[in-house]
Amino acid sequence: MTPALAGVLSVLCVVVILVVIHVPLGSWIHRVFTSEHHTRAERAVYRLVGVDPDGEQRWTTYAVSVLAFSGASILLLFGFLLGQGFLPWSQGRSMNVDTALNTAVSFVTNTNWQSYAGEAGTGYLVQAAGLTVQNFLSAAVGLAVAIAVVRALARQDSDRIGNFWVDVTRGTLRILLPLAVLAAVALVAGGVVQNLIEPTTITTIGGGQQVLQGGLVASQESIKELGTNGGGFFNANSAHPFENPNGWTNLLEVVLLLAISSALPYTYGLMVKDRRQGFALAGAMGVLMVGAMALLTWSEVAGGSLEGKEQRFGTAWSAIFASATTGTSTGAVSAMHESLQPLSGGVALLNMMLGELSPGGVGTGLYSMLVMVVLTVFIAGLMVGRTPELLGKTIGRREVTLVSLALLITPTLVLVGTGIALVNPVSLDAMSTAGPHGLSEMLYAFTSAANNNGSAFAGLSADQPFLNLALATCMLLGRFVPIVAVLAFAGGVARQGRRPATAGTMPTSTASFAGFLVVIILIVAGLTYFPSLALGSIAEALS
Amino acid sequence: MSTHPRPAHPSLAVTAWRSLPQALAKLDPRHVFRSPVMFVVWVGSALTTAISVVTPSVFAISVTVWLWATILFANLAEAIAEGRGKAQADTLRRTRTQTVARRLTASGSEEEVAGTELRVGDRVVVEAGQVIPGDGDIVEGVATVDESAITGESAPVIREAGGDRCAVTGGTTVLSDRIVVQVTAKPGETFIDRMIALVEGASRQKTPNEIALGILLAALTIIFLLAVIALQPQAIYSGDRLSLVVLVALLVCLIPTTIGALLSAIGIAGMDRLVQRNVLAMSGRAVEAAGDVNTLLLDKTGTITFGNRRASDVYPVHDAGRDELLAAAQVASFADETPEGRSIVEYAAAEGISGPLADRTALVRAGATFVPFTAQTRMSGLDLADGTQIRKGAGSAVAAWVAAEGGTPPHDLQALVDGVSGQGATPLVVASRAPGQAPRTLGVVQLKDVVKPGMAERLAQLRAMGIRTVMITGDNPLTAKAIAAEAGVDDYLAEATPEDKMALIKAEQSGGRLVAMTGDGTNDAPALAQADVGVAMNTGTSAAKEAGNMVDLDSDPTKLIDIVAIGKQLLITRGALTTFSIANDVAKYFAIIPAMFVAVYPGLQALNIMRLASPASAMLSAVIFNALVILALVPLALRGVRYRPMSASAMLNRNLLIYGLGGIVAPFVGIKLIDLLVSLLPGLV
Repeated sequence: MTPALAGVLSVLCVVVILVVIHVPLGSWIHRVFTSEHHTRAERAVYRLVGVDPDGEQRWTTYAVSVLAFSGASILLLFGFLLGQGFLPWSQGRSMNVDTALNTAVSFVTNTNWQSYAGEAGTGYLVQAAGLTVQNFLSAAVGLAVAIAVVRALARQDSDRIGNFWVDVTRGTLRILLPLAVLAAVALVAGGVVQNLIEPTTITTIGGGQQVLQGGLVASQESIKELGTNGGGFFNANSAHPFENPNGWTNLLEVVLLLAISSALPYTYGLMVKDRRQGFALAGAMGVLMVGAMALLTWSEVAGGSLEGKEQRFGTAWSAIFASATTGTSTGAVSAMHESLQPLSGGVALLNMMLGELSPGGVGTGLYSMLVMVVLTVFIAGLMVGRTPELLGKTIGRREVTLVSLALLITPTLVLVGTGIALVNPVSLDAMSTAGPHGLSEMLYAFTSAANNNGSAFAGLSADQPFLNLALATCMLLGRFVPIVAVLAFAGGVARQGRRPATAGTMPTSTASFAGFLVVIILIVAGLTYFPSLALGSIAEALS
Repeated sequence: MSTHPRPAHPSLAVTAWRSLPQALAKLDPRHVFRSPVMFVVWVGSALTTAISVVTPSVFAISVTVWLWATILFANLAEAIAEGRGKAQADTLRRTRTQTVARRLTASGSEEEVAGTELRVGDRVVVEAGQVIPGDGDIVEGVATVDESAITGESAPVIREAGGDRCAVTGGTTVLSDRIVVQVTAKPGETFIDRMIALVEGASRQKTPNEIALGILLAALTIIFLLAVIALQPQAIYSGDRLSLVVLVALLVCLIPTTIGALLSAIGIAGMDRLVQRNVLAMSGRAVEAAGDVNTLLLDKTGTITFGNRRASDVYPVHDAGRDELLAAAQVASFADETPEGRSIVEYAAAEGISGPLADRTALVRAGATFVPFTAQTRMSGLDLADGTQIRKGAGSAVAAWVAAEGGTPPHDLQALVDGVSGQGATPLVVASRAPGQAPRTLGVVQLKDVVKPGMAERLAQLRAMGIRTVMITGDNPLTAKAIAAEAGVDDYLAEATPEDKMALIKAEQSGGRLVAMTGDGTNDAPALAQADVGVAMNTGTSAAKEAGNMVDLDSDPTKLIDIVAIGKQLLITRGALTTFSIANDVAKYFAIIPAMFVAVYPGLQALNIMRLASPASAMLSAVIFNALVILALVPLALRGVRYRPMSASAMLNRNLLIYGLGGIVAPFVGIKLIDLLVSLLPGLV
């Protein structure tokens, strides 16, 4: 089999698996969030938090709940990281204040950018009780927001969009937890470690000394992928043999990190009672995902470089992992992105620059896509001579304003952040190379942070106060400004009535609409970042 | 009603030339500030001007000139659109000369006051030859009024106290008789004042979609502003500090100047297209709502049908011939001057009836006598010189006559009569009696409310556009159903009262639909106000005109369909030019980015797929294209994108192809062509 054929078949393999699982998974998510029933465990949680699970919230209350929950999570994790020296199973690890803050923000915003080396910065307890907990909760928050937005689109004449506490609890207990347990078992079966042993020192074949570390890896690994988190137990992340021992686990991890985001369009279709709407979104996501995957794989196979890749996975699977992790806001890596071909690095960057919607993070992918759908509906809707509408909801001044806000924030953070960092001597010191590749390192860091991806170009030594704080700011604003904007959007559309669909209504479930959506996504991202890409990846590729 | 079309606009070039001073005056930053996109261009132009003065170069000066041209072209588009309205406003203003009003005092005596001093509720006397001083309702008298000042219609109309034709408009002239008018509008807020403000665009407020689009354009401008500002540190890092002129050039090319420049012209031109069709929209919001309409309530009479019954077929009884029946019906109708009677004569002629019996004059000369319709006989007809009697009339009347004169109605007559009635048409029975014989029944003429030609096609188009049509009629359900089926409306409301109409509108609206209707009577006013688009007929009452959000000066209810099309066209034009504007950026990037950085990264020359001559010529060409495309699109902005009724998805595909794909391709060609010329410019480095 030629490498090219192998690449095509590998991409195809991922696509087929996703096509097969998205229907049952999407239906299940739909059932979970539309069910009237509360489990006993959930009731216990609601009593503990003191909320009435049957009382729904206005968008403002919902947004305040998201912010309060996430804010409390950041503070708690920050304290946990700073105080780990006083806790058991910490193996004497400690963190600087700025690193701890960056890490706390990073895990709560589902970014999982790690400016510290995974196993060197955190002990077993923090990894399991701090970071892994946030791996679940941050994904559940994203999922809750997406569900609230879709619920609002499905409603009419209502000032309520759901109950955050119910959504986040159900997402965690009924979706993420069972799937993560299953996945962890599968990973352990595949050879991922799961223990609490003290680090063991061994003598290597070459005669050197190496410290081998264990830990609760499989349990963190499964939710790391499933929740599109990406924060590795080890610094080498999914390239480490204890996290990702072989080809099968690599395939499983790729599927896990794509699974929920790919299934959510189906859930969307079910919730708005028009499955074709979901297929159109899934189609647009799929075109972007497969396009990026194919381009990146082709570029790596053609480039033929094995630098920074694991022999266990080979070129094609390293490329597929790189594309999947950047397209889903996961940020886990099974190869060093620094060593990718210039074009591949550009594709990985572009994947994030699209706004993490191909298919994006858990929940965030769906609502980011809906933001682009609203934008597309507005432009296309005018072209058919009607006030634009999505599912019978008028896209007017309020909607366009909020969508613009959600759209504006990430480019602002990326461009301003990169600009400042490139002229600041402090941050310039952190770069490993000069020239276009160096520019890509910095651009990648800010793109990854602002889009809550978390993967790194690796060349950048980001553990310094300036970058820690700058990137933390990007993660924070890049996460919560869009969340508040889409929740405000949800509040508005839930209040609206629904205009009936006629032949004069622009269909949002056709192939031509999905095609236009893809073009708009590419053009918006392309126009925003083309100059930066030209000075980075493109200049590098063409030199 | 025949109308004199409003004078056509002078040619675009002439208007453009005349609007130039105004366009220059609009360079004032306080004016430009209103459009964020153009304001950014203005600031950029000011910057490059300063640079050109301090460190002059051919490149800097050329860019500066073309940046100012960009703003000038935008202003020109707006000035041309406004200029068209101004000419119209001037004509209107001439009619609003200071009139002297003869106000009636409480005691009944008259006092002379200036027209501007009239208050609502005042009563004024107007006599033949005088101009009506203000809007109002006639409370006493009847008069013929020349309303050509507003409607362009030269034939005088009758206005009388009471009923639905009591409204008069200030500025129109009484031609005969004397009327007392009760003033209903304050000076400065009369119909003519509002009309002037509307056509001049003075009272033009941004419409909801325009505001939303403005926000999107502002957001895009901010993104591009950031992209350009952030480019400088990236360029410095890469070892190539960019000049301010280059950054400004890039920024102006990227921000959506095309749509930003034409946005207000599109809005003004949309209103103007309505004025051209003699429709006054009281707000831009109403025009947009027209494009969104889901349900059209169409009055049967005058809109769908001609409004009078016409002969549409004949049914001979079993022992009579069709031609015999047609000839007899024609003869019997010679004396009938009603529209129905005339329609029978016309129908027979159209069916090819000729010969001695078809010549009215010859018959009269030969001594035939007319038998007019009377309430007693309920028949009319003609007695020929030889004594033959031919009669037509209602079935029962003719049957009574036949029986009285000793004849027997044929057995199949009743079936024919019932058949015609069953179709919602009116049957007329024709009989003749030769001298000395018993009368013979010949057959039935079908009189029908005829659907206007082409109406079925127009309604089908509306259906394709997703618009539901409901016919409103006072007819009984049977007749209404037949007409509805023939015209192809989706639904009908028979024996409609104003309350029924109102209930229908509310029912449609509660389902999320937008409703448009026309109306003229006072009892239509609540429904007109409730409808999302209410078009009042100019012949209607002040109450109706006050309640609606549009007034049709021609009082032609069919126009509702045109109004919908104009509303859609307005939105389509905005959307199409926005798409075009954004799509253009792709080519501009390929022109400018390699030009900017080819010095540090020679490999980027590969992106210069247009093979533009030099970095300077590439950037200048992009700026020039950006300016010229505004000018090139002014006619489209004023005329509106061509609109043909079709389904939304077909329209989307079509416009995506033309303005999306076209928008990507056009600048590649345009910039290349401009570059061929610009590269000849000496001193451009």
